[in-house]
Amino acid sequence: MSTPALGAADALSPGTATPASGTPGTASPGAGTTGLGATGTASTDDGAAPARTGRGRTAAGARGWAVRLGSLAAFVALWQWLTTADVSAGLRFDRLPSPTEVAAEFARQLGTGTYYLDLAQSTIRIITGFALAAVAGIALGVLVARSRWVADVLLPPIEVVRPIPAIALVPIAILVFPTDEQGIVFITFAAAFFPIMVSTRHAVRALPTLWEDAVRTMGGGRAHVLWNVVLPGTLPGVFGGLSVGMGVAWICVISAEMISGEFGVGYRTWHAYTVVDYPAVLVGMTSIGVLGWVTSASIELLGRRLTRWLPRAEGNTR
Amino acid sequence: MTAPTASTTGSTTASPAAMTAGTESRRVDAGLAIRLDGVALGYGRRAILEDLRLDIAPGEVLVLVGPSGSGKSTVLRAVAGLLAPHAGRVLAQGVTVSGPSPDRAMIFQDDALLPWRTVRRNVELPLRIRGVPRRERGTVAESWIARVGLAGFEDRLPRELSGGMRQRVQLARSLAGAPRAVLMDEPFGALDAQTRGEMQRLLLDVLHGTSATVVFVTHDVDEALLLADRVVVLRRGGIGSVLSVPGPRTPDVDRAGLRARIIEEL
Repeated sequence: MSTPALGAADALSPGTATPASGTPGTASPGAGTTGLGATGTASTDDGAAPARTGRGRTAAGARGWAVRLGSLAAFVALWQWLTTADVSAGLRFDRLPSPTEVAAEFARQLGTGTYYLDLAQSTIRIITGFALAAVAGIALGVLVARSRWVADVLLPPIEVVRPIPAIALVPIAILVFPTDEQGIVFITFAAAFFPIMVSTRHAVRALPTLWEDAVRTMGGGRAHVLWNVVLPGTLPGVFGGLSVGMGVAWICVISAEMISGEFGVGYRTWHAYTVVDYPAVLVGMTSIGVLGWVTSASIELLGRRLTRWLPRAEGNTR
Repeated sequence: MTAPTASTTGSTTASPAAMTAGTESRRVDAGLAIRLDGVALGYGRRAILEDLRLDIAPGEVLVLVGPSGSGKSTVLRAVAGLLAPHAGRVLAQGVTVSGPSPDRAMIFQDDALLPWRTVRRNVELPLRIRGVPRRERGTVAESWIARVGLAGFEDRLPRELSGGMRQRVQLARSLAGAPRAVLMDEPFGALDAQTRGEMQRLLLDVLHGTSATVVFVTHDVDEALLLADRVVVLRRGGIGSVLSVPGPRTPDVDRAGLRARIIEEL
């Protein structure tokens, strides 16, 4: 199970704590304008939210990290106890490899070239498929939301294909793509594309018309509106879609590798199962968990970086 | 009471400039800035205003007052080119308005700043759209930011500013593009009384240095009397009356008579 990875995903937030938004009151507004100096300074008071002190923030952050790491350690300890004490109450933990067995297998695999090759292979597949899905999903999401005509032409087939789980496209992918590699990337693409496209479309529709009106009254045309309003304004929604898309993309790349891969973490995990090497299965699963966590955390981090402008509650770093 | 379509054509063009010449040093061009020529407005099929006729002189500050739902903002959107009239024409500089133009900047009541852009980059936006070189953009933006009293806040994001400060940025942004006309849709409507007073003084002060024509929408009669060269009262689907407001533009001048007339109109 990828539970340890899920637990660790939360541990990212303190690292991304936003820096204090400057010191209020240091600026000297309106020095040049008649009788405005005073009014400008007065309005600064409610202008900038008081930031928590740096020390308090660090202490809270350290406490947060301690709790998160402790949670992860407790999970592993429970697993160790369940397996070494041969607990068998409905669930047969006595059959499950213990963390120490998995760690030993992991150490052995780290000494082989195959392990890194598998990691690299899966990573390349996910990045290629996901990047294509991000570009196509955002572009199409914007197009169908902004143009009645494009929506009428493109939405019917898209809406029919959308409910099909990407993994159900495997037979088709094997049929039409010259290599398995392309097929797997296609499955990954198909999985990530729909959540990204749908989120983008909704984000564009939910955009306040005020921003667009403002840019138009500055003489901005369609391209200006697209570049200065639609793309930045939809980023929060788009990143929601990217996060979901990345999750689904992992599910599908691993499944596709299990079915038709010759390399990759998914293939290796399934292969270990067929030769009944359970410690290796768990090494594979943990690797998938960690890889999945790293990629979704990267998306999350990038999303927060790019949407710093969003209003947020005081002291809230999420 | 005045006839519903009290057309002021003819008497208008000369008056506002002459009226304020003694107290104001604003440069006023001869001719006509904006004309509403039999304009009918509405949303969808629903008509809100019929047969509007109004001439606005260059450099004039014209304030539209009227009760909620009287169509003040609708008129402004039509002048901006954001809303096409059902009938008639809106003319700016003698040319029929067919869409928005940087010549007619607009300031909105709600916060229309782009929240992902800093103060500086918001103010630079109209210049960027016009293709002004980067260096010049920066200089112009900075001088306008200082002009509205926000020097030192250039790199703040809108969410870090108070409501009044954000409206200052909108003012700077609209004027940075050097428009011929500034259309203001209840820009101070959401501010507290004190900030509103500050903003009114700032506006008068800033306009003093430009030749921009101003069309200002408000439901606040005192604000109208403070800012306006002329007040236009909108009521029952048309223009109720048009009143000239003599200067000087200070809050303490008694305009009780005019005030009473406008309130009676409303």
